[in-house]
Amino acid sequence: MTTDVKTKPKLALYWAASCGGCEIAVLDIKEKILDVDAAFDIVFWPVAVDFKVKDVEAMADGEIDVCLFNGAIRNSDNEYMAGLLRRKAKILVAFGSCAYEGCIPALSNTTTRAATLDWAYRDSPSTDNPDDTRPQEETEVPEGTLHLPAFWETVRTLGQVVDVDYSVPGCPPQAHQIWGVLEAVINILYHGAPLPPKGSILGAGDKTCCDECPRTREEKKISGFVRPHQIIPDPDKCLLDQGILCMGPATRSGCGGLCVSVGVPCRGCYGPPPNSRDQGTKMVAALASVIDSEDPEEIDRILDGIVDPIGTFYRFSMGTATLAGARRGVSAHVSADERVTP
Amino acid sequence: MVTTAENRVPEAAPPDEWQPRIVAFLCNWCSYTGADLAGISRIEWDPTVHIVRVMCTGRMDPTFVAKALELGADGVIISGCHPGDCHYQEGNYKALRRVHLLRRLLKDFGIDPQRLRLVWVSASEGVEWAKTANEMAREIRSLGPMRADA
Repeated sequence: MTTDVKTKPKLALYWAASCGGCEIAVLDIKEKILDVDAAFDIVFWPVAVDFKVKDVEAMADGEIDVCLFNGAIRNSDNEYMAGLLRRKAKILVAFGSCAYEGCIPALSNTTTRAATLDWAYRDSPSTDNPDDTRPQEETEVPEGTLHLPAFWETVRTLGQVVDVDYSVPGCPPQAHQIWGVLEAVINILYHGAPLPPKGSILGAGDKTCCDECPRTREEKKISGFVRPHQIIPDPDKCLLDQGILCMGPATRSGCGGLCVSVGVPCRGCYGPPPNSRDQGTKMVAALASVIDSEDPEEIDRILDGIVDPIGTFYRFSMGTATLAGARRGVSAHVSADERVTP
Repeated sequence: MVTTAENRVPEAAPPDEWQPRIVAFLCNWCSYTGADLAGISRIEWDPTVHIVRVMCTGRMDPTFVAKALELGADGVIISGCHPGDCHYQEGNYKALRRVHLLRRLLKDFGIDPQRLRLVWVSASEGVEWAKTANEMAREIRSLGPMRADA
């Protein structure tokens, strides 16, 4: 590959409300990170390089070629950075489950802002806060006023706040998929390969996790659910056939069946499968179909084995859950001109 | 047609009063025909119930219910053939299991599970259909608008 410093495309990476796993995942491409450095001028990446927000603010609009944005939008700072990077980047990618569909941070959408703060600053067993000190958006100190970001009522996805060009699912996206995406970007920028259609899901398959699963599936009939610690699962049989709640049927392929290959049920981190807008209701459809009973009372008894339906079916996709949107009177699936206000 | 408490249509509400929107998914073979019979028999039912025909309640993806509620429905009825009578043998049992799980999920989302009702109405039960629609409309009126559930 020829690299010319003057024409090297500019790459930015940013994290909003996230755990940092997506950042580590980028480094999981190992020595290929050197190819990334050779192909791109990395202009902003808080976890790895020392450019500041003011450096991004000083750039011209559209000066960054590609921005990989991970993390959900939890507070006013996340939202500011989303808006800033949207303006400065030609291509904005929702990178990883948080930016794409809310992920773990968005599970707090099942409760309220007040309850979340009460738990974090007063009620959790590990909290020692006798004066009930709470974070303030503004604090006066002799040197002046200190500011903290405002904490929004709900967690939103990047696409619910700004216009997003592409999404890369996964918690985190798998290294081989990340490299695939970066390689595609290099081909586009250096060799004139065509851009994928706007809104495409990159770095993932177009089937379900089940299609990548090496286990043997039979005609499913579930007469009771068990939790993973209660049995030693057969290494070759479908986990769902064995009564272990596996999100495989309602999850997009792309990870290569990592969890299911080692006896752990799929948790659903690659989001809803293609042509499906809602992972949880998709899972309800798949799961309820295979319950082996026609008697309402027995059905309820079997369903009692699902300990936490909402947290299990929407562990990664609460930010885009249709019913959560219905509940709040907003659509989780917004177009550019109807963005949700917090 | 005898007017009873069950099939009496409520008095027209004043235009500014809140009216529910109820979406009813009826299977082609039993319930839709039952509702058709109610129509042919000139049995009236609550006008806030809007019918969508599906081939079988087994076709009812729970996503349809979620989407109806997202787009402004205050309640959803799913109506199919009586147990044992499904045109496709067991589609209605599939619907039964899905509705049981979906109602749990609605509750988790803070949505009253009464907003989703699964009923069995055969092709000969026009009166039963009108009764079901009216009961549901009454129930949703008493629950109020979906978005005031907070």
